[in-house]
Amino acid sequence: MNLLTDLIFDYTLRNIALGAAVLGIVSGMLGSFAVLRRQGLLGDTLAHAALPGICIAYLLTGSKSPLVLFLGAAISGWVATLVLLRIVRETRIKEDSALGVVLSVFFGVGIMLLTFILKHNDANQAGLDKFLFGQAATVTAEDVNTMTILGVFALLVVAVLYKEFKIMTFDPNFAASLGFNDRWLGVILTSLIVVAVVIGLRTVGVVLMSAMLVGPAVAARQWTNRLEAMVLLAGFFGALSGVAGALISVSEANLPTGPMVILSLTVIVIISLLFAPQRGILWDIKRFSKA
Amino acid sequence: MEIVITGILISVACALLGTFLILRKMAMMSDAISHAILPGLVAGYFFAKGPDLFAGFLGALVAALVTVTLVEALKNTQRVGGESAIGIVFPAMFALGTFLVARFFENVHLDTDAVLFGNIEFVAFDRLFIGDVDFGPQSYYVAGALCLINLLFITVFYKELKLATFDAGLAATLGFSPFFIHYALMALVSVTSVGAFTSVGAVLVVALMIVPAAAAYLLTDKLPMMIGLAAGIGALSAVLGYGLALAIDSSVAGAIVSVAGAFFFAAMLFSPSHGLIAKARRIERQRVQIGLEALLVHLLNHEGEEGEAHESEMLHLSSELRWLPQFAQQIVGVAANRGLVMQLHGHLILTDNGRRQGQQLMVH
Repeated sequence: MNLLTDLIFDYTLRNIALGAAVLGIVSGMLGSFAVLRRQGLLGDTLAHAALPGICIAYLLTGSKSPLVLFLGAAISGWVATLVLLRIVRETRIKEDSALGVVLSVFFGVGIMLLTFILKHNDANQAGLDKFLFGQAATVTAEDVNTMTILGVFALLVVAVLYKEFKIMTFDPNFAASLGFNDRWLGVILTSLIVVAVVIGLRTVGVVLMSAMLVGPAVAARQWTNRLEAMVLLAGFFGALSGVAGALISVSEANLPTGPMVILSLTVIVIISLLFAPQRGILWDIKRFSKA
Repeated sequence: MEIVITGILISVACALLGTFLILRKMAMMSDAISHAILPGLVAGYFFAKGPDLFAGFLGALVAALVTVTLVEALKNTQRVGGESAIGIVFPAMFALGTFLVARFFENVHLDTDAVLFGNIEFVAFDRLFIGDVDFGPQSYYVAGALCLINLLFITVFYKELKLATFDAGLAATLGFSPFFIHYALMALVSVTSVGAFTSVGAVLVVALMIVPAAAAYLLTDKLPMMIGLAAGIGALSAVLGYGLALAIDSSVAGAIVSVAGAFFFAAMLFSPSHGLIAKARRIERQRVQIGLEALLVHLLNHEGEEGEAHESEMLHLSSELRWLPQFAQQIVGVAANRGLVMQLHGHLILTDNGRRQGQQLMVH
């Protein structure tokens, strides 16, 4: 009960939990489309690709306001998306390798810039790396506001383009024959994932971001065959693991929030994979032993 | 100097494996493995009660193999796509690792930043002493051993690797187990990641496995050539990257990756066989060739007819063949240059040469 009142009245905990919940909802819902389109690793690449943007935004403006850094991250994530699509479409490099190339090259350039800033700048840069490795404990109310605005915007776009996304996800050829511009819808969807990633960097960090997109969607897929239900359920699972992770991390000293969010999520994924009706793996084993 | 040599050795070790990762469409597995070794490393340190190199290595190797097995198992349940399986498993492992560090190693210096970036700058400080004699940096021996192991594996199993990579079905029919090759390759990727990441960090390991090999893939169609090119590009990136890092006083790992990235994009643009520029020129050449053939056949068809004068007017050409005026101009220019047509009072006439070529086209 104590925790519950803390959740509402404790400034730090409230921000951590809210930030993680917003991230969970947005990444869960958008991740559903990514997972169904077999782009589960896109989030990983985009998360790494945000680093040079954050550094350049700071170098240009000298500001550490969340909005500026978010914007820098989003722009470089978006550039990475376009480079990625180009490599896949116009060279013989396969998607898997292209993801790896974009991920490591953008991140390498980012590290170079980050080290450069660390070595050449005044003390003002402290905390820049928080935007990359996630330090939920230091999430401020301003951060939460920015995240919420970005998240609501992304989900609004999903609501407006829901039908288009749905067709494109399940039958891209049919979508094209209906006159939808497959290429642009793909770019829009990926850009929205960039938004989710940018929100996530601040809370869970670059390495764990991919799980925030993939995990809730994979878990939700186990419980339903309907896209609407899956998207909503994934948002719910995302939020649940966000809040659970935040609570666990403050319940004991010195536990990092990001990893606890991911571990909570992992538990949800495992339960869903094993026990969900129909698609649960355990039912398979039962069916086998009967037969 | 010691940094450069370590860098070169690690680049070559990574590139040797990277070639097969690219060809087998498993590039992202190296990313997953290099992050997922964290909990194993921590567990190893835990049991050895300190940052013991060998215990850490063993733990990391176990963690890597667990990761590979988990990904395969998840994929085999048919519930999860391969890429999603990777996307869940390695963050879970990494989160577990960070959790363990926070829980049990509050005071041990093992921050996750170091895991990601490594500290190639400091390789010169960890030296191998036997008695009092300085045998050079430890990293020489680790990186050198990795190179040797990977080279040995590729040479001994070259045929099997090639077969399993390009035709897994045939390999299985012939009695080679693609399963064995897969796990052997993954084990080596793990060993290399573990060995390399203490000096260069997880991200550089991934970059050095994927980026030079991807660049090489754009430059050649021959496997031995691709392996050689990948190793060469990796080594060159290490040398130039180190220079770049010195020049702007920045992270060596980051600079090496950036240079490797520059090589990749250069290959993507300028590769004579698979580059974007070569491709654009090929398409342009074909466009001109088709235009020329259409022009010759058109002129030949109407030669000697009543309307010949009208048919061979420049303006008519563009409407008849549905060409943009610019394109018509270009094609006529090329045809005139090659001595296939002549312009006479605004009309086009076939030369003997042009007529002969047109007739040949009609025969085909």
